Amino acid sequence: MDAQTLTYIFVFLTFGLYIGIAIWARASSTSEFYVAGGGVHPIANGMATAADWMSAASFISMAGIISFMGYDGTIYLLGWTGGYVILALLLAPYLRKFGEFTVPDFIGTRYYSSAARIVAVIALIAISFTYIAGQMRGVGIVFSQFLNIPITWGVVVGMAVVFMYAVLGGMKGITYTQVAQYCVLIFAYLVPAIFISIMITGVPLPQLGLGATVLDGSGLSVLGKLDATLVDLGFAPYTQGLKSKVDVFAITLALMIGTAGLPHVIVRFFTVPKVSDARRSAGYALLFIAILYTTAPAVGAFARLNFIDTVHDERYTEVDSWFKSWEDIGLIGWEDKNKDGRIQYHPGSPFEGRPTYSDQRREDGSRTITNPPTSNTNEVYVDRDIMVLANPEIAALPPWVIALVAAGGLAAALSTAAGLLLVISTSVSHDLIKKTFAKNLSDKRELLAARLSAAVAIVIAGYFGIFPFGFVAQVVAFAFGLAAASLFPALLLGIFDKRMNTAGAISGMICGLAFTLIYIAYFKFMAPELNNAEHWWFGISPEGIGSIGAAINFAVAFGISRLTAPVPAEVLNLVENIRIPKGVNEPHNH
Amino acid sequence: MTGNKNNDAYWRANVRLMLILLAIWFTVSFGFGILLVDWLNQFQFFGFKFGFWWAQQGAIYVFVILVFVYTAVMRRIDRKFGVSDEGDH
Repeated sequence: MDAQTLTYIFVFLTFGLYIGIAIWARASSTSEFYVAGGGVHPIANGMATAADWMSAASFISMAGIISFMGYDGTIYLLGWTGGYVILALLLAPYLRKFGEFTVPDFIGTRYYSSAARIVAVIALIAISFTYIAGQMRGVGIVFSQFLNIPITWGVVVGMAVVFMYAVLGGMKGITYTQVAQYCVLIFAYLVPAIFISIMITGVPLPQLGLGATVLDGSGLSVLGKLDATLVDLGFAPYTQGLKSKVDVFAITLALMIGTAGLPHVIVRFFTVPKVSDARRSAGYALLFIAILYTTAPAVGAFARLNFIDTVHDERYTEVDSWFKSWEDIGLIGWEDKNKDGRIQYHPGSPFEGRPTYSDQRREDGSRTITNPPTSNTNEVYVDRDIMVLANPEIAALPPWVIALVAAGGLAAALSTAAGLLLVISTSVSHDLIKKTFAKNLSDKRELLAARLSAAVAIVIAGYFGIFPFGFVAQVVAFAFGLAAASLFPALLLGIFDKRMNTAGAISGMICGLAFTLIYIAYFKFMAPELNNAEHWWFGISPEGIGSIGAAINFAVAFGISRLTAPVPAEVLNLVENIRIPKGVNEPHNH
Repeated sequence: MTGNKNNDAYWRANVRLMLILLAIWFTVSFGFGILLVDWLNQFQFFGFKFGFWWAQQGAIYVFVILVFVYTAVMRRIDRKFGVSDEGDH
């Protein structure tokens, strides 16, 4: 059977599985809809967290980005794992003890203020929609490449599936579909990685294969060969980065604390029965995530080697067919600058901007590009998002592996999208409607409101999928900056600083969020021509500015709280209470 | 303030453990993986430059271990101070 048919079968089977689970795990109360009734086993929750966490960006884009960034890819590897240590040690157990439904719930109660709750809701919605835009684009890419249907239809199918299990099942449905999705995505990620590792080094474990000797008789290690090849072509060595140390530090920190402040991750820890389960569950989540995250750098390095091997100095007419099929959908572009009929791959952009193609083809069948060429010798444009998806084709793996990767990419995108939709809808139905505007709402009507807001959120997310902006991982990176600068400090101080009060928390969140948003908007949209290290503050890029935003949040919150009214006694009791694991399901006085 | 001495002592033990583990967390990631990476890269480790290995693999393994160590040690501390949630359901 060919890859196309197999892909249809795999995608159909996995979607059927997700919908089956959704029907089995329907939510019948708000507690089940919001936190799966608080009865999820720590290991199941660990898997669900991992699937929730590992998005289209992790699955599709990350290894590709690392393969082009080399050492600089460290920011994602460390940033997106190290945050779990903070989460496990500083937030998850205490928020579980607090025992409510949402992140704004905690902020609203701890800071005894509806205003604080609403600021938290705004931050949550800004973060989650920024993040979900990336997921829907991931769904679109997978559908258009593997199922040969227009991106729009791909996104619509994805929306329909998420609708089924998010709206019907709520957190309960999402949790158990995410467990299934984790299994699909990790299997789909490891199989090609192991194949390719064996092909290149003979070592099955990609983590070791990355350091092993290449089987081409050169006696070099994978990284050694990659360094040498890249330097030959005029690139910087793979194991050395181009970013400044201060920027790598700032971005990593922003991603880490952003991770710990992401609402859709935090709420996952509300679903386990006890405080000790929340700690354990964070450990399992990180373990399950680490399996993919330690494989990704190997996948990235192998992909870059394979890419150079098959493309550089090859005649266009003889190049492997994957090159042409990705060219056809516009993610690869080639401009034969020196007119030798061969593809040359060197540093720099081959032409200005993303490729735009004219309708005609050149004599050799390649697509004519209308962008003005640049003066360097590089002739190839390649969208970094394709590396993981194209990897099995580049390495000529059997068709079922290609189909598996497509199903895995969809599992990653859909599981994250569902988790995000859930926190958006619960913050609307619970924090805005129930706790702010209609306090007498019955449980049944609140559940209906939650389902309706999930449906609306899906439509908005679908819009972002059909009209996307930017690289998946780049867009997602900003969500972390926003989370780092707004929610994380308010949560941390709420637990560890007994004197933190309403005025401090609100002003901290607003200053952190506003600073980060303005900095990103200025360099990314208002003055993109100034977006370089010379103009950045302290040499920190918009991706890393969340760490400064967080520092501003902490400083403002600390200063203001010391100048304003002390915290009331019942809130002090609440803080004392959440610091102690015992008595998790006893109602407390708020 | 409730001024519960046992709970305060429990909290101090918790914070102490947390700070130790976070110091390790910082050292392996920001320390070995970022600040000292160039210096460590002069050493070889299973075919990797040592700093690069910390940045793209080693630190992640340590992260996982840290969280499980925290879970295990906290269970002991919880019991010692009589605040464990083991009897809860």
